[in-house]
Amino acid sequence: MKPAPFVHHAPRTVEEAVAVLAQVGTDGKVLAGGQSLVPLLSMRLATPGHLVDIGGVTGLDGLDVTDEHVRVGALVRHAGLERHDGAAAALPLLRQAVRHVAHPAIRTRGTTVGSIAHADPAGEMPAVAALTGAVVEVVGQGGAREVAAADFFVGPLETTLAPDEMVVAVRFGRLPAGTRTRFTESARRSGDYALAGVALAVQVDGATVAGARASFVSVTPVPDVLDLTPAVGGHPVDDLPLDAVADAVAAHVDPDSDIHAGADYRRMLAAELTRRALATVTTEVTVGAA
Amino acid sequence: MSAPAADAPLPMTLQVNGVVRTLSAPARRLLSDALRHDLGLTGTHVGCEHGVCGACTVLVDGEPARSCLMFAVSAQGHAITTVEGVGDDPAALSPVQQALAECHGLQCGFCTPGFVTTITAYLDEHPDPTEDEAREAISGNLCRCTGYQNIVKAVLRAAELRREERA
Amino acid sequence: MTTRTVGEGVQRREDPRLLTGHGRYLDDLGRGALQAAFVRSPHAHARITDIDIGDAWELDGVEAVYTWEDLPGRVAEPLPVLIPHPALTHARTGYCLAKDEVNHVGEAVVMVVARDRYVAEDACGRITVRYETLPAVVGLDLARRGERLVHDDVPGNVAANLRQEVGDVDAAMAAAPNTLTLDLAIERSASMPLEGKGVHARWDTDDGSLRLYSSTQTSTGLRAAVAAKLDLPLAKVEVVTPDVGGGFGVKIVHPWPEEVLVPWAARMLGRDVKWVEDRREHFVSSAHERGQLQEVTVGFDDDGRLLALDVRFWHDNGAYTPYGIIVPIITATQLLGPYKPGAYRVEFWSVYTNTVLVTPYRGAGRPQGCFAMERTMDAVAAHLGLDRTEVRRRNFIQPDEMPYDQGLMFQDGRPLRYDSGDFPSSLQKLVDLVGWDDFAEYRAAASTEGRTVGLGIGCYVEGTGVGPYEGGHVQVETSGRVNVATGLTTQGQGHETVLAQVVADELGVPFEDVHVTTGDTRRMPYAVGTFASRGAVMSGNAVALAARGVRAKALRIAADALEVSPDDLDIEGGVISVRGAPGTSIDLRTVAVLSNPLRYAFDVSAQAATQFAGTFDPDRPPVADDDEPGLEGQDFYSPTQATFANGMHAAIVETDPVTAEIRILRYCVVHDCGVMVNPMIVEGQVHGGVAQGVGGALYERMVYDESGQLLNASFMDFLMPYASEVPHVETDHLETPSPLNPLGLKGAGEAGCIPVSAVIASAIEDAEGFPVRSMPISPAELWELRRQHASRTDPAQEGAS
Repeated sequence: MKPAPFVHHAPRTVEEAVAVLAQVGTDGKVLAGGQSLVPLLSMRLATPGHLVDIGGVTGLDGLDVTDEHVRVGALVRHAGLERHDGAAAALPLLRQAVRHVAHPAIRTRGTTVGSIAHADPAGEMPAVAALTGAVVEVVGQGGAREVAAADFFVGPLETTLAPDEMVVAVRFGRLPAGTRTRFTESARRSGDYALAGVALAVQVDGATVAGARASFVSVTPVPDVLDLTPAVGGHPVDDLPLDAVADAVAAHVDPDSDIHAGADYRRMLAAELTRRALATVTTEVTVGAA
Repeated sequence: MSAPAADAPLPMTLQVNGVVRTLSAPARRLLSDALRHDLGLTGTHVGCEHGVCGACTVLVDGEPARSCLMFAVSAQGHAITTVEGVGDDPAALSPVQQALAECHGLQCGFCTPGFVTTITAYLDEHPDPTEDEAREAISGNLCRCTGYQNIVKAVLRAAELRREERA
Repeated sequence: MTTRTVGEGVQRREDPRLLTGHGRYLDDLGRGALQAAFVRSPHAHARITDIDIGDAWELDGVEAVYTWEDLPGRVAEPLPVLIPHPALTHARTGYCLAKDEVNHVGEAVVMVVARDRYVAEDACGRITVRYETLPAVVGLDLARRGERLVHDDVPGNVAANLRQEVGDVDAAMAAAPNTLTLDLAIERSASMPLEGKGVHARWDTDDGSLRLYSSTQTSTGLRAAVAAKLDLPLAKVEVVTPDVGGGFGVKIVHPWPEEVLVPWAARMLGRDVKWVEDRREHFVSSAHERGQLQEVTVGFDDDGRLLALDVRFWHDNGAYTPYGIIVPIITATQLLGPYKPGAYRVEFWSVYTNTVLVTPYRGAGRPQGCFAMERTMDAVAAHLGLDRTEVRRRNFIQPDEMPYDQGLMFQDGRPLRYDSGDFPSSLQKLVDLVGWDDFAEYRAAASTEGRTVGLGIGCYVEGTGVGPYEGGHVQVETSGRVNVATGLTTQGQGHETVLAQVVADELGVPFEDVHVTTGDTRRMPYAVGTFASRGAVMSGNAVALAARGVRAKALRIAADALEVSPDDLDIEGGVISVRGAPGTSIDLRTVAVLSNPLRYAFDVSAQAATQFAGTFDPDRPPVADDDEPGLEGQDFYSPTQATFANGMHAAIVETDPVTAEIRILRYCVVHDCGVMVNPMIVEGQVHGGVAQGVGGALYERMVYDESGQLLNASFMDFLMPYASEVPHVETDHLETPSPLNPLGLKGAGEAGCIPVSAVIASAIEDAEGFPVRSMPISPAELWELRRQHASRTDPAQEGAS
């Protein structure tokens, strides 16, 4: 289990990085945290001829909070995001979710942007990107562009990123005031890819739920958003039609079977996790700042 | 019989356990292999080479990281600490090492260096963990011998030793 | 002064070294050695039609590429059948490199030796092997049907069929007022030590000798096997076992193909060669265990006493049988546990499949046997509406019935005769520890909170410390340092500490002065190996006997020097003194000097032993006819039979009413391994065993698809538990010393893992109210079971009891 040979590129700027990517085309891969890529290389399941190691690129490690969004640069590690109090205050869902990404020693190297670019349906942060209406900032030979999360993910491990492009940052959208969020998942072991998981955002208006939306981990081919408002909108927080929510989730998700669990189980699990998340998030006393 | 360009050795400079070390290795050399085979620091062990077992955990700028999931070339410019850097002298163990010995927190010892580095970094940030937190702290490292019971105890004992050391 | 260390939780000698990165594991040795890698079969069953080395040779750094065609003499012959047995009528083993046919994914086909592992793998990637695929036999159901064959000349895929019967089962069953039949299944798991296998060979061209380092559980066995394969005199081969990163059974098999090929290549190339197994290789080319299908029929009276037990099971032995049928024999015999089964008949079929071979993994067939017996006990209790502990109690062998002969032949070819144990007392301890009698109350309280909980139990007996023998060598240096050697190997059991404790006490020297070497054929060429929970029992007693011999010699020499009777002497703290006459003493190190008459004085202390040093009897030779120079001696411990440890576990689990997630709330162990040399280490062994048992019960399995591909050959998908998955383990001990050996020891290594699947199944069954007949069980599987039972109309199956 040793990687095949590759040419190592160590660009100093985004422009240099994308220039190399343009030159090597599909034979190139961006190396950021490497926590998903390196195992694939070691198992020789991926054998790119060129690795563009962006570890030395300046200007990619910023984490900025504005009124509208939390902007996470391509070199911000999961651990950095997890620790960032400003980000957690602005968008509690980020810390709630990132804590579920693998184990601490993976989070210290793995990048949040990298996990979004990897577009694994079992990834936590793509689901968060979807739910928060994130904007993916992309730079290529032809210049910069911005892609909405909804347009970025097109299939398992598949995005609209071109071979000569890299993601330089993701802007997670902040949620309206009064939004409560919850992230929960169930994995076979702590730190494993989840059998199912849910990111939930609920609008509470006094004692009534105004609206709710959810995105999922491991049970949808791409992290899309389910609007639960038709099921729960207008209902009192302490008397929600949770069965209807579970039904809506079960109808929305489309899990595969694998060696750890069948599709039916995962569907049930996604529905139940959502039901429990909703039940607890609406009755909790503390409200996350929005 | 020429080496492919992709595999040409590169000069590298690594800062390991406070010492600047130079080596020459291809870009694909994993940090774990560079530490073990190029620099002779064999305390870092390789159990799975896909980032799950944690035996190869070292500290990168003080934070635990899998050395099998990093290339040596990418580790340049970072401060690497291996188990030898935590404590190299069998007669003068660090608090974490001492606690693991006292609590019988190791058997075959193969996973142990990864636990030593992980626990050391954890206690730097969380000097006074509860038992549940101690268990959580080591939940990214596999051990096939101990059933973890005594490693959990050792985390708590190490915290105690560190407090005593400071007092 | 000397304090006794046996019985104390002495801290381990090996730890400071291992904690500071100074362990020496296989891959830490041989810096600069050439490295091997293998092209392995991607098919479970295929004929090799062509091997094209291609341009692998042209890669810079490639030193050799070998196929079966290149192998000479015995290296080209099949690997040995290590443990033949009359019932093993169709033993088959593989070749070091596949010849013509492959029988499992991962079988080695081509060996590459190169500058480093990176280049060796590059070369493997350039080699093309063409195959004609054959239908694969995967899973016991397909294998036992025998329509497809793994080996053309093995009808029905049956490697072995063995039946043992005690009493007249048919008559007893026919007469039994109640009978039940259970269909049971256990899936595959594996030892999975964190360090894989590895071999490093140093060929000395100048004197034609080989030094082989291997991460093995048997250095002497490997030495003999490699010498035979390479056609070398035994005197030219030494095997040294460095620190070993866990074994759990898989490293007892020998020689692995690589253990023959690596030294052979080293000799061919005149260079050090090393192979370090990577994790993927370990999954597909080392051994697995556990997989069995079982059918149990039990006859019992209205009080729950067993009258007849009829067991048939099918054991998946994988593609080859180098380790014989040890695992199913152990299942067949150890299934009985602490019980009297009435008439007993057991028959098994050990069958081939196109999967990785199956050899002992910690527990070695016992977890399967315990599962069968304990599910049966629970079924009997359920049938009669009796408490599960009561049914067990009524079937226990009683302490006054020891020794108790079950009438069967055990895995060592000797009688299955229990030497010790007090099962009723052990059960009482367990009942107290887990609070068995208060559980109904706890369950009721949990139920009001909407929680589902269950209590499970499992009991086992484990034959440990099987022969044939182990040896001990004890030597006192003139510095006072005591060197102890035993031949069996160490993989984390703390032998450096435990054996030093034994010798320190026997010899009367400080623990710190005793230094233990294991698994080095240069120091102890006669040994068997580390397996079957035998390390402490076998080598503990061997070094004790050796130390007693050295002590006797020391007393004799001291008695001469002090002109007293040896009977009046004592050794404490390394000083021999006359009882009742303080001040009249001699240091053990001085005795060591006197024990070796010298011509040359190499240091000050040696002067005392030289020929002009002082008084001696000119009529006696310096070394007496019946004596040998040196204060050292060796002895062997060879028991007539195994000694039987036992234990009982209980667990409380909670199952999520919706998601069927399973949490172990409490796990309790009562364990009897006789005298504990080091209780801290014994407890550590139990903890580790329980964790592996939890893995086997709830997480670990080997998932093959129909074509024989292992779908979860990584730590991402083979779910070994982390700390977060292992419950807190509560332990209590009962010490009933074995009467069979000088120290009263019984083995402890495997104990923890044996009953765990049985216990967890029992607890889940208790929580759910329907039978659990197959392990491991995942939340998804439990959820599926619930669906099945909910769709049935039988009201007896509904609700928790």
